[in-house]
Amino acid sequence: MRPLSIAFIILTLALLGYSTYQALLVAPTEQTMGDVQRIFYYHAPTAWVAGLCFFVNFLASIAYLWKRSPDMDALAVASAEVGVVFCTIVLITGPIWARPVWGIWWTWDARLTSTLVLWLIYVSYLILRRYATGGQTQVLAAAVAIFGFVDVPIVYMSIRWFRTQHPSPVIAGGENSGLDPAMWHAFLWNLVAFTCVGIVFVAARYRLQKMENLLEDTHARMALEGSTQ
Amino acid sequence: MVGDNGAGKSTLLRVVAGLSQPSRGSVRLLGGRNARQVAHLIGYMGHAPLLYDELDGMENLRYFAGLYGIADDAVCREAMHRIGLDSTLERRVGQYSQGMRQRLSLARAGLHDPQLMLLDEPFSNVDTHSASYMAGVLGRLRDRGKTIFVVTHQAGLVEHVADEFVHMAEGRIVSRESAKRVSASVAADAGGAG
Amino acid sequence: MSIKVMRATLLKDLRMEWRSKDAINSMLFFSLLVVVIFSFAFNPTAEQSRLIAGGLIWVAFLFAAVVALTQTWARELSNQVLDAYRVSPAPANALFLAKVLGNFLFVIVLEGLMAPLFVVFYQLRSVGPVWQLILIALFGTWALVVNGTFFAALSIRTRNREIMLPLILFPISIPALLAMVDSTTAILTGESVPDFWIKLLAVYDVVFTSVCLLLFESVLNAE
Repeated sequence: MRPLSIAFIILTLALLGYSTYQALLVAPTEQTMGDVQRIFYYHAPTAWVAGLCFFVNFLASIAYLWKRSPDMDALAVASAEVGVVFCTIVLITGPIWARPVWGIWWTWDARLTSTLVLWLIYVSYLILRRYATGGQTQVLAAAVAIFGFVDVPIVYMSIRWFRTQHPSPVIAGGENSGLDPAMWHAFLWNLVAFTCVGIVFVAARYRLQKMENLLEDTHARMALEGSTQ
Repeated sequence: MVGDNGAGKSTLLRVVAGLSQPSRGSVRLLGGRNARQVAHLIGYMGHAPLLYDELDGMENLRYFAGLYGIADDAVCREAMHRIGLDSTLERRVGQYSQGMRQRLSLARAGLHDPQLMLLDEPFSNVDTHSASYMAGVLGRLRDRGKTIFVVTHQAGLVEHVADEFVHMAEGRIVSRESAKRVSASVAADAGGAG
Repeated sequence: MSIKVMRATLLKDLRMEWRSKDAINSMLFFSLLVVVIFSFAFNPTAEQSRLIAGGLIWVAFLFAAVVALTQTWARELSNQVLDAYRVSPAPANALFLAKVLGNFLFVIVLEGLMAPLFVVFYQLRSVGPVWQLILIALFGTWALVVNGTFFAALSIRTRNREIMLPLILFPISIPALLAMVDSTTAILTGESVPDFWIKLLAVYDVVFTSVCLLLFESVLNAE
């Protein structure tokens, strides 16, 4: 591994350590929810990183369709997988937070439902990648990725409107709840730390995919050349 | 083009036709362009019949003619007659014999009078009468200045009309030989009779 | 040339469908089955049925549409006849639009036939304006069919093609489905106004039709 990568990983670990310290020990305890609220410092940044990953996947998919560069496809796979993992964490930490505070595991409010649909869309993308046959999986997957990402704002708008028509309990203080200034500090540190974690994972998965592609290519070439001996 | 199964003959044809993308390299046809740009100059006949079973002969040809911008029924009728089929036949292609189907497929490939024809196993499972009829058609097309690539296991059928034999094995072209020697020796054996 | 090719392809498909009646028969029967099964699962006494009918109708049509969608591309795969189209100079989007229009017609016909059945089984009456229902049916069906045709073309190249289509189509169609269901319920119960949903469906249709037209050629030639 290159020294720059190692340095970045060490930096990330340091950031994560500091931000965890901030979140668990330094940030003030929330008034009504108590210590459980601290999960917010993981829940929210994780959601942010998931969204970022899916955006990268969108750009990589467009780039792939344009240039047919296998590296772009590798980036698309990497960002989608990491995005789905982070999205899963959001969907798990949400209920963990909701249950002790609001007494319910799940509610079909706008944010949670949109996140669930987002998760469904990208899981279907990953399943397509696994089950497509032939050498053009990448093209098909890239098309689905573009559809999926374009759909995201429409999903959100539609569910929000649905919820204004048919209100239901909202978790985490609704759309416009503010954050106490004392908590911003911890929140921002965690945001930065988690973004770095996301970058590390995507980079690692990207390198892995590139190596797999290289291996496949090499095997194919060997088979072709070896057969004429 | 001749060679064993799996030699890559069909794949090569598909790449030339623009149906498959090569993993490396590119194809230039008819003035340095790729297949999509000269689609109107290429005729392709696949291993499978490339016809709609639920439609009859003329309906099939009429549809495919439309894809090339040909609206005149006479062209389709003429194409059917050239390969020895009845244009008034209302039987669905699904009920054709294999020989008829292959002949219709050849007609479809040549409908728009293409400069280059790519034919994959045109004689497969075809009766001898149809096969020699088709070989004759190919010879006449060649005489009119068309370039024809034929992939086949039955080299004997095209011996008399082919200009060149290309041998493929394991994804590579291994040899090319002019067919004149073959037909010349056949003519010599026959002693110039008939 | 594109319009001619599109028309020729559409007419060819309609002619082939008329002769075999594969898609329309299976779609009709399947919808009928769904309606009957739903009647057992969700006992339709008049008041309750009005509340759930919107959802039931669209779920039934969605499943029926999926049946039609796989059929139309299956025809192009037999005898590999799609190769003949691909090798010709005819534009890919003409093929796509012809397929979408064909599917759209099938599903609309199906809806026209099934709607009276629903009205009878669930004793429905439209409280809001009927023309809005028609608009919803048109926009909503287009939304399902345009993406469905695209993904059906995509899924025929996968291993489990029957399950792959709904698997990719359903998550992306959630906003459209939500719009269709809620607006239909709104009109049937008269409890709210479906204007926003109709606009959302229109936006959805425009956005995704454009995306489909931009990407179809790449998908068609993926081999």
